Amino acid sequence: MVNPINQLNKLFDSRVRLGILSALMMNNSINFNELKELLEITDGNLASHLKALEDNNIIKVEKGFIGRKTNTTYKLTKVGEKAFKEHIEALEKMIKATK
Amino acid sequence: MTEQQQSLDAIHDIKKMMERSSRFISLSGLSGVSAGVCALIGAWLAHPYVYGYKNLFIDINQPYTYDATVYLNTWLFWIAMGTFVAALLSAFVFTYIKSKKDGTPIWGKTARRLMINVLIPVAVGGIFLLSMMQYGTFGLVAPGCLLFYGLALINASKYSLNELRYLGYCEIILGIINLNFVGYGLYFWAAGFGILHIAYGVYMWYNYEREN
Repeated sequence: MVNPINQLNKLFDSRVRLGILSALMMNNSINFNELKELLEITDGNLASHLKALEDNNIIKVEKGFIGRKTNTTYKLTKVGEKAFKEHIEALEKMIKATK
Repeated sequence: MTEQQQSLDAIHDIKKMMERSSRFISLSGLSGVSAGVCALIGAWLAHPYVYGYKNLFIDINQPYTYDATVYLNTWLFWIAMGTFVAALLSAFVFTYIKSKKDGTPIWGKTARRLMINVLIPVAVGGIFLLSMMQYGTFGLVAPGCLLFYGLALINASKYSLNELRYLGYCEIILGIINLNFVGYGLYFWAAGFGILHIAYGVYMWYNYEREN
Protein backbone atom coordinates (compact mmCIF):
# COMPACT_ATOMS: atom_id res chain seq x y z
CA MET A 1 0.00 0.00 0.00
CA VAL A 2 1.19 3.50 -0.79
CA ASN A 3 1.87 5.46 2.33
CA PRO A 4 -0.57 8.38 2.14
CA ILE A 5 2.04 10.67 3.64
CA ASN A 6 3.75 10.70 0.23
CA GLN A 7 0.59 12.07 -1.34
CA LEU A 8 0.56 15.08 0.95
CA ASN A 9 1.56 18.11 -1.03
CA LYS A 10 4.58 19.85 0.45
CA LEU A 11 3.30 23.12 -0.96
CA PHE A 12 0.34 23.05 1.42
CA ASP A 13 2.41 22.26 4.46
CA SER A 14 1.54 25.51 6.25
CA ARG A 15 -1.49 26.83 8.06
CA VAL A 16 -1.43 30.06 6.08
CA ARG A 17 -1.41 28.28 2.73
CA LEU A 18 -4.18 25.91 3.85
CA GLY A 19 -6.15 29.00 4.84
CA ILE A 20 -5.60 30.73 1.49
CA LEU A 21 -6.62 27.63 -0.44
CA SER A 22 -9.70 27.00 1.73
CA ALA A 23 -10.91 30.55 1.31
CA LEU A 24 -10.36 30.38 -2.46
CA MET A 25 -12.30 27.11 -2.71
CA MET A 26 -15.38 28.87 -1.33
CA ASN A 27 -15.03 32.16 -3.22
CA ASN A 28 -14.57 32.82 -6.89
CA SER A 29 -11.94 35.44 -6.18
CA ILE A 30 -10.63 37.21 -3.10
CA ASN A 31 -8.51 40.33 -2.87
CA PHE A 32 -5.40 40.83 -0.80
CA ASN A 33 -7.03 42.78 2.02
CA GLU A 34 -9.86 40.31 2.45
CA LEU A 35 -7.36 37.49 2.73
CA LYS A 36 -5.33 39.48 5.23
CA GLU A 37 -8.39 40.04 7.42
CA LEU A 38 -9.44 36.42 7.23
CA LEU A 39 -6.04 35.03 8.10
CA GLU A 40 -4.99 37.76 10.52
CA ILE A 41 -1.38 37.92 9.35
CA THR A 42 1.00 40.62 8.20
CA ASP A 43 1.30 41.90 4.62
CA GLY A 44 4.80 40.52 4.16
CA ASN A 45 3.96 37.08 5.46
CA LEU A 46 0.84 36.80 3.29
CA ALA A 47 2.64 38.14 0.20
CA SER A 48 5.42 35.57 0.44
CA HIS A 49 2.98 32.67 0.72
CA LEU A 50 0.93 34.03 -2.18
CA LYS A 51 4.10 34.36 -4.27
CA ALA A 52 5.04 30.74 -3.63
CA LEU A 53 1.57 29.54 -4.60
CA GLU A 54 1.59 31.71 -7.70
CA ASP A 55 5.03 30.45 -8.78
CA ASN A 56 3.72 26.90 -8.59
CA ASN A 57 0.66 27.74 -10.67
CA ILE A 58 -1.72 26.99 -7.80
CA ILE A 59 -3.28 30.43 -7.89
CA LYS A 60 -3.46 33.19 -10.46
CA VAL A 61 -3.15 36.87 -9.78
CA GLU A 62 -5.14 39.66 -11.37
CA LYS A 63 -4.15 43.24 -10.82
CA GLY A 64 -6.74 45.94 -11.23
CA PHE A 65 -7.80 49.27 -9.86
CA ILE A 66 -10.65 50.51 -7.70
CA GLY A 67 -10.49 54.24 -8.32
CA ARG A 68 -6.81 55.00 -7.87
CA LYS A 69 -6.09 52.22 -5.43
CA THR A 70 -4.60 48.99 -6.70
CA ASN A 71 -6.80 45.97 -6.18
CA THR A 72 -5.05 42.63 -6.46
CA THR A 73 -7.37 39.64 -6.61
CA TYR A 74 -6.50 35.96 -6.43
CA LYS A 75 -8.16 32.97 -8.01
CA LEU A 76 -7.59 29.25 -7.84
CA THR A 77 -6.25 27.65 -11.03
CA LYS A 78 -7.60 24.31 -12.30
CA VAL A 79 -4.29 22.73 -11.33
CA GLY A 80 -4.49 24.29 -7.89
CA GLU A 81 -8.02 23.05 -7.27
CA LYS A 82 -7.05 19.51 -8.22
CA ALA A 83 -3.92 19.60 -6.08
CA PHE A 84 -5.78 20.89 -3.05
CA LYS A 85 -8.51 18.24 -3.36
CA GLU A 86 -5.85 15.53 -3.55
CA HIS A 87 -4.18 16.99 -0.50
CA ILE A 88 -7.44 16.84 1.49
CA GLU A 89 -8.03 13.27 0.34
CA ALA A 90 -4.56 12.32 1.53
CA LEU A 91 -5.26 13.93 4.90
CA GLU A 92 -8.49 11.96 5.19
CA LYS A 93 -6.69 8.73 4.34
CA MET A 94 -4.13 9.35 7.03
CA ILE A 95 -6.84 9.88 9.61
CA LYS A 96 -8.63 6.70 8.57
CA ALA A 97 -5.43 4.64 8.41
CA THR A 98 -4.50 5.30 12.01
CA LYS A 99 -7.98 4.83 13.43
CA MET B 1 -0.96 9.36 16.67
CA THR B 2 0.77 12.69 16.18
CA GLU B 3 0.45 12.29 12.41
CA GLN B 4 -3.23 11.64 12.81
CA GLN B 5 -3.57 14.60 15.13
CA GLN B 6 -1.78 16.83 12.63
CA SER B 7 -4.11 15.74 9.84
CA LEU B 8 -7.12 16.34 12.04
CA ASP B 9 -5.84 19.80 12.94
CA ALA B 10 -5.28 20.60 9.28
CA ILE B 11 -8.80 19.46 8.33
CA HIS B 12 -10.18 21.47 11.21
CA ASP B 13 -8.32 24.58 9.99
CA ILE B 14 -9.57 24.07 6.46
CA LYS B 15 -13.16 23.73 7.61
CA LYS B 16 -12.93 26.80 9.82
CA MET B 17 -11.46 28.92 7.04
CA MET B 18 -14.09 27.76 4.55
CA GLU B 19 -16.82 28.79 7.00
CA ARG B 20 -15.18 32.09 7.85
CA SER B 21 -14.68 33.04 4.23
CA SER B 22 -18.14 32.11 3.01
CA ARG B 23 -20.59 32.76 5.84
CA PHE B 24 -21.41 35.75 7.99
CA ILE B 25 -21.11 34.21 11.44
CA SER B 26 -21.04 37.26 13.71
CA LEU B 27 -24.83 37.31 14.03
CA SER B 28 -25.47 37.47 17.76
CA GLY B 29 -28.29 35.64 19.55
CA LEU B 30 -28.89 38.81 21.55
CA SER B 31 -29.76 40.54 18.26
CA GLY B 32 -32.64 38.08 17.92
CA VAL B 33 -33.79 38.77 21.48
CA SER B 34 -33.68 42.55 21.09
CA ALA B 35 -35.48 42.48 17.73
CA GLY B 36 -38.11 40.20 19.30
CA VAL B 37 -38.63 42.57 22.21
CA CYS B 38 -39.05 45.51 19.80
CA ALA B 39 -41.62 43.50 17.83
CA LEU B 40 -43.63 42.72 20.99
CA ILE B 41 -43.62 46.36 22.07
CA GLY B 42 -44.64 47.39 18.54
CA ALA B 43 -47.48 44.86 18.49
CA TRP B 44 -48.67 46.04 21.90
CA LEU B 45 -48.68 49.67 20.72
CA ALA B 46 -50.44 48.76 17.47
CA HIS B 47 -53.12 46.59 19.09
CA PRO B 48 -55.72 49.28 19.93
CA TYR B 49 -55.45 50.77 16.43
CA VAL B 50 -55.62 47.47 14.59
CA TYR B 51 -58.71 46.32 16.48
CA GLY B 52 -60.44 49.68 16.37
CA TYR B 53 -60.33 50.79 20.04
CA LYS B 54 -58.60 53.99 19.01
CA ASN B 55 -58.92 56.21 16.00
CA LEU B 56 -56.53 55.19 13.28
CA PHE B 57 -55.87 58.69 11.95
CA ILE B 58 -53.56 61.20 13.56
CA ASP B 59 -55.38 64.23 12.19
CA ILE B 60 -59.01 63.23 11.74
CA ASN B 61 -59.84 66.48 9.97
CA GLN B 62 -57.41 65.86 7.16
CA PRO B 63 -59.36 65.06 3.98
CA TYR B 64 -59.13 61.47 2.77
CA THR B 65 -57.03 61.00 -0.34
CA TYR B 66 -56.76 57.96 -2.52
CA ASP B 67 -53.00 57.63 -2.60
CA ALA B 68 -50.13 56.43 -0.43
CA THR B 69 -49.90 59.69 1.56
CA VAL B 70 -52.96 58.63 3.52
CA TYR B 71 -50.76 56.12 5.36
CA LEU B 72 -48.59 58.93 6.69
CA ASN B 73 -51.62 60.19 8.60
CA THR B 74 -52.10 56.90 10.50
CA TRP B 75 -50.56 56.00 13.84
CA LEU B 76 -50.07 52.46 12.59
CA PHE B 77 -47.67 53.55 9.88
CA TRP B 78 -45.43 55.35 12.36
CA ILE B 79 -45.59 52.52 14.90
CA ALA B 80 -44.57 50.08 12.15
CA MET B 81 -41.69 52.30 11.02
CA GLY B 82 -40.53 52.87 14.60
CA THR B 83 -40.63 49.15 15.37
CA PHE B 84 -38.70 48.30 12.23
CA VAL B 85 -35.98 50.89 12.81
CA ALA B 86 -35.65 50.06 16.53
CA ALA B 87 -35.42 46.32 15.82
CA LEU B 88 -32.83 46.83 13.09
CA LEU B 89 -30.68 49.20 15.16
CA SER B 90 -30.72 47.08 18.32
CA ALA B 91 -29.96 43.93 16.31
CA PHE B 92 -27.06 45.71 14.64
CA VAL B 93 -25.58 46.83 17.97
CA PHE B 94 -25.33 43.31 19.42
CA THR B 95 -23.96 41.86 16.21
CA TYR B 96 -21.42 44.68 16.01
CA ILE B 97 -20.27 43.94 19.57
CA LYS B 98 -19.95 40.24 18.79
CA SER B 99 -17.95 40.87 15.61
CA LYS B 100 -15.54 43.07 17.58
CA LYS B 101 -15.17 40.35 20.20
CA ASP B 102 -14.56 37.61 17.61
CA GLY B 103 -12.27 39.81 15.55
CA THR B 104 -14.24 39.20 12.36
CA PRO B 105 -14.86 42.15 10.04
CA ILE B 106 -18.45 43.43 10.19
CA TRP B 107 -18.63 44.65 6.62
CA GLY B 108 -17.09 42.43 4.01
CA LYS B 109 -17.87 39.97 1.28
CA THR B 110 -19.85 37.68 3.58
CA ALA B 111 -21.99 40.49 5.05
CA ARG B 112 -22.69 41.82 1.57
CA ARG B 113 -23.72 38.40 0.30
CA LEU B 114 -26.01 37.84 3.28
CA MET B 115 -27.58 41.26 2.84
CA ILE B 116 -28.39 40.73 -0.85
CA ASN B 117 -29.88 37.31 -0.22
CA VAL B 118 -32.09 38.57 2.60
CA LEU B 119 -33.15 41.67 0.72
CA ILE B 120 -34.40 39.89 -2.40
CA PRO B 121 -37.26 37.92 -0.77
CA VAL B 122 -37.98 40.73 1.71
CA ALA B 123 -38.21 43.40 -1.01
CA VAL B 124 -40.40 41.20 -3.22
CA GLY B 125 -42.62 40.49 -0.22
CA GLY B 126 -42.80 44.17 0.64
CA ILE B 127 -43.87 45.19 -2.86
CA PHE B 128 -46.42 42.39 -2.97
CA LEU B 129 -47.93 43.28 0.41
CA LEU B 130 -48.08 46.99 -0.40
CA SER B 131 -50.05 46.24 -3.51
CA MET B 132 -52.33 43.93 -1.51
CA MET B 133 -53.01 46.79 0.86
CA GLN B 134 -53.86 48.99 -2.10
CA TYR B 135 -56.60 46.54 -2.97
CA GLY B 136 -57.75 46.55 0.64
CA THR B 137 -56.69 43.02 1.56
CA PHE B 138 -55.32 43.95 4.99
CA GLY B 139 -56.05 40.57 6.52
CA LEU B 140 -53.30 38.90 4.52
CA VAL B 141 -50.57 41.38 5.49
CA ALA B 142 -49.53 39.61 8.69
CA PRO B 143 -49.39 36.07 7.24
CA GLY B 144 -47.67 37.56 4.17
CA CYS B 145 -44.97 39.12 6.36
CA LEU B 146 -44.40 35.80 8.11
CA LEU B 147 -44.25 33.79 4.88
CA PHE B 148 -41.85 36.10 3.02
CA TYR B 149 -39.68 36.59 6.09
CA GLY B 150 -39.51 32.82 6.55
CA LEU B 151 -38.37 32.40 2.95
CA ALA B 152 -35.78 35.14 3.44
CA LEU B 153 -34.38 33.36 6.50
CA ILE B 154 -34.14 30.01 4.71
CA ASN B 155 -32.30 31.76 1.89
CA ALA B 156 -30.07 33.57 4.39
CA SER B 157 -29.07 30.39 6.22
CA LYS B 158 -26.79 29.44 3.33
CA TYR B 159 -24.79 32.60 3.85
CA SER B 160 -24.90 32.80 7.63
CA LEU B 161 -25.67 30.54 10.57
CA ASN B 162 -27.34 27.25 9.67
CA GLU B 163 -29.86 27.56 12.50
CA LEU B 164 -31.59 30.47 10.71
CA ARG B 165 -33.13 27.82 8.48
CA TYR B 166 -35.17 26.38 11.36
CA LEU B 167 -36.33 29.83 12.42
CA GLY B 168 -37.42 30.28 8.79
CA TYR B 169 -39.41 27.02 8.81
CA CYS B 170 -41.18 28.08 12.01
CA GLU B 171 -42.11 31.50 10.55
CA ILE B 172 -43.53 29.82 7.44
CA ILE B 173 -45.58 27.31 9.44
CA LEU B 174 -46.96 30.13 11.56
CA GLY B 175 -47.77 32.13 8.42
CA ILE B 176 -49.63 29.21 6.86
CA ILE B 177 -51.68 28.62 10.02
CA ASN B 178 -52.43 32.34 10.10
CA LEU B 179 -53.98 32.08 6.61
CA ASN B 180 -56.87 30.24 8.25
CA PHE B 181 -57.30 32.79 11.06
CA VAL B 182 -57.13 36.01 9.12
CA GLY B 183 -58.66 38.26 11.81
CA TYR B 184 -55.94 37.35 14.30
CA GLY B 185 -53.00 38.57 12.19
CA LEU B 186 -51.48 40.81 14.85
CA TYR B 187 -51.27 37.95 17.36
CA PHE B 188 -49.59 35.69 14.83
CA TRP B 189 -47.31 38.56 13.83
CA ALA B 190 -46.33 39.09 17.48
CA ALA B 191 -45.71 35.36 17.92
CA GLY B 192 -43.57 35.14 14.76
CA PHE B 193 -41.55 38.32 15.01
CA GLY B 194 -41.59 38.59 18.81
CA ILE B 195 -41.66 35.24 20.53
CA LEU B 196 -39.90 33.16 17.84
CA HIS B 197 -37.08 35.74 17.60
CA ILE B 198 -36.62 35.74 21.35
CA ALA B 199 -36.69 31.93 21.53
CA TYR B 200 -34.18 31.65 18.69
CA GLY B 201 -31.95 34.35 20.21
CA VAL B 202 -31.91 32.76 23.65
CA TYR B 203 -31.15 29.34 22.14
CA MET B 204 -28.25 30.72 20.07
CA TRP B 205 -26.85 32.77 22.91
CA TYR B 206 -27.10 29.86 25.35
CA ASN B 207 -25.38 27.43 22.97
CA TYR B 208 -22.70 29.58 21.38
CA GLU B 209 -22.06 32.84 23.22
CA ARG B 210 -22.54 32.24 26.93
CA GLU B 211 -19.32 32.63 28.91
CA ASN B 212 -18.36 29.22 30.18
